Amino acid sequence: METLLGRYRNLIVLAAILFAQLIALAVQVKRPTQEGEIRLIRVWAIAAVTPFERAVVHTQNFFHDKWTGYVWLRGVRRENDDLKAEIERMKLEQARLSEDAKMARRIQTLLAFKEQYIDQTVAAQVIGTSGSEQSRVLYIDKGSNDGLKPDMAVITPTGIVGKIVQVSANSAQVLPINDQLSGVGAALKDSRLQGILKGAPNGTTTLQYIMSDEPVKPGETVITSGGDRIFPKGLLVGTVASVEPGKDLFLNIRVIPSARLDRLEEVLVVTKIEEKLPDTKDLGPIRASDILGERLPGVPPPDANAAGGATAPAGAGNVSGGSPTKPAAGGTATQSAPNTAVGSMGPRLGASAGAVSPKPGATQATKPAPGATLTKLPGGTTTATPAERKPSVTTPAQTQATPNTDQPKAPHPNAPPATQPNTGETPPQ
Amino acid sequence: MTTRAMPFRGSYTSREQMAAYEFNWLAIVLIPLLAIFVQAFFTAKLRWLAIVDLPMMVVIFFAVARRNPISGCVTGAIIGLVQDALGGPAHPIGMYGITDTIIGYLASSLGVKIDVDNPGTRFLIVYAFYAIHEGVYFGVGRGLLRQPLLWSWSHVAIAALANALVGVFLFRFLDRFKQR
Repeated sequence: METLLGRYRNLIVLAAILFAQLIALAVQVKRPTQEGEIRLIRVWAIAAVTPFERAVVHTQNFFHDKWTGYVWLRGVRRENDDLKAEIERMKLEQARLSEDAKMARRIQTLLAFKEQYIDQTVAAQVIGTSGSEQSRVLYIDKGSNDGLKPDMAVITPTGIVGKIVQVSANSAQVLPINDQLSGVGAALKDSRLQGILKGAPNGTTTLQYIMSDEPVKPGETVITSGGDRIFPKGLLVGTVASVEPGKDLFLNIRVIPSARLDRLEEVLVVTKIEEKLPDTKDLGPIRASDILGERLPGVPPPDANAAGGATAPAGAGNVSGGSPTKPAAGGTATQSAPNTAVGSMGPRLGASAGAVSPKPGATQATKPAPGATLTKLPGGTTTATPAERKPSVTTPAQTQATPNTDQPKAPHPNAPPATQPNTGETPPQ
Repeated sequence: MTTRAMPFRGSYTSREQMAAYEFNWLAIVLIPLLAIFVQAFFTAKLRWLAIVDLPMMVVIFFAVARRNPISGCVTGAIIGLVQDALGGPAHPIGMYGITDTIIGYLASSLGVKIDVDNPGTRFLIVYAFYAIHEGVYFGVGRGLLRQPLLWSWSHVAIAALANALVGVFLFRFLDRFKQR
């Protein structure tokens, strides 16, 4: 027996080490959420490696800053002139866009449209990776001491990067969007089709769960949809590189991320997102069309339908003509007379904007004088339930152009006004 | 002088070539750590550098130099586990551990039988072991953990070539730390 052990000692040791690691693997697979000692080894490894990485990166940056800030100034004057010219051009563009922005914010306010704002960010530097081809995680030089927590969004000015998965005192692990475990709620900017952006083992990213009959073209911009509750809505994700038919009636849409995920140096960690109404203090007087839109009939209660059958039932129709990826609920189709503004609402409006109800007996809209300004009337109230997600907004023009033929039509403006008390109920999504 | 002769068990080399080397304990600790650090640091700047697996080469180097399967296993296991620990949530701890343990064992077993100081032999050893490394890793990930790993013969062949080229120079550099 002793001879046997001595003869096969090497193999026995090999088998024992492999067996121990197989058991460790099995434990992780069986209980992936319970970390315990497994987590400890990760902490040790990170604590052993990241200080060196931090030191090298900071030293490198120190010398680089000194060199580029004090010595290597070739071309700075010309760059300065170019930037000044660009600022002038941007000022002109800003003036042009500010009017559009003001109008959009007025509409958002009328709909109690809660906007997600990035309130606070922490700048961090990428100090390392996992070093393997299979895992694409990154390490940044900020951790829990800087207020970082798991599931915070990591972005760059050019696009989103990923989310934080693990935090230690002075470093954090980031799961980039091209990792195979990553999933981001994304939408096509123009068509507003929503899907999930997933990474692949080879490092590519694909937008999944878009029906194959949807017209998606290469070059379209992909933005965050906000559906994952990590990334605020509207951040740039990337552009569509190719579109191919995939499995199960879904398209296989390959997306090139806007952020250079393979050469990241500095990133921003979104540490605070605030959900609030847009600030309308500086927007000037409220226009007549806004007030009318607020006061005209919106979502009527069921008993109003029973009484006159005049307006479309709440939560029944989708004004914008839903696509398979958009939830169809809560929209109303209200047919209005020309020259009257109607606060129409897109999908899921009922969840966040509530019902726009007029004061009894005051639903008849009259044509305002062009350019007239009005003050808010006390009767026209807009109630809102706590917002979960932001609704899509359909402009009045769109609503009139695409009436929902499946639903009963709203009353003609000349019909007797229906009394619509606001019940404050949230229609089902 | 810490050279010791290995028992002759059907080796194809002379006794001179079978001399096992030892290393300073500082080198044993710092060289693997430095390899892991360099691997993690430079792939953040240039992603394609991830095809070069420096920790695996260090495992091979120590294994063939010491010519002791047990120390080869242990070195491979430790280096592999540290690599695993730096991996993300998609990377269970033990995948590189198992792979590098096997590589360490095979390399040290091979080191007993052939001349591993020749650059040509080193090139072939690293090339072959990289392919084995990828195969074992793929087998563990796909077979045991059902991970969606992709296998590409061309990628493995090219990456093995790159590793073999780097390995020849790396081994030459690491030879300085040998004590005999």
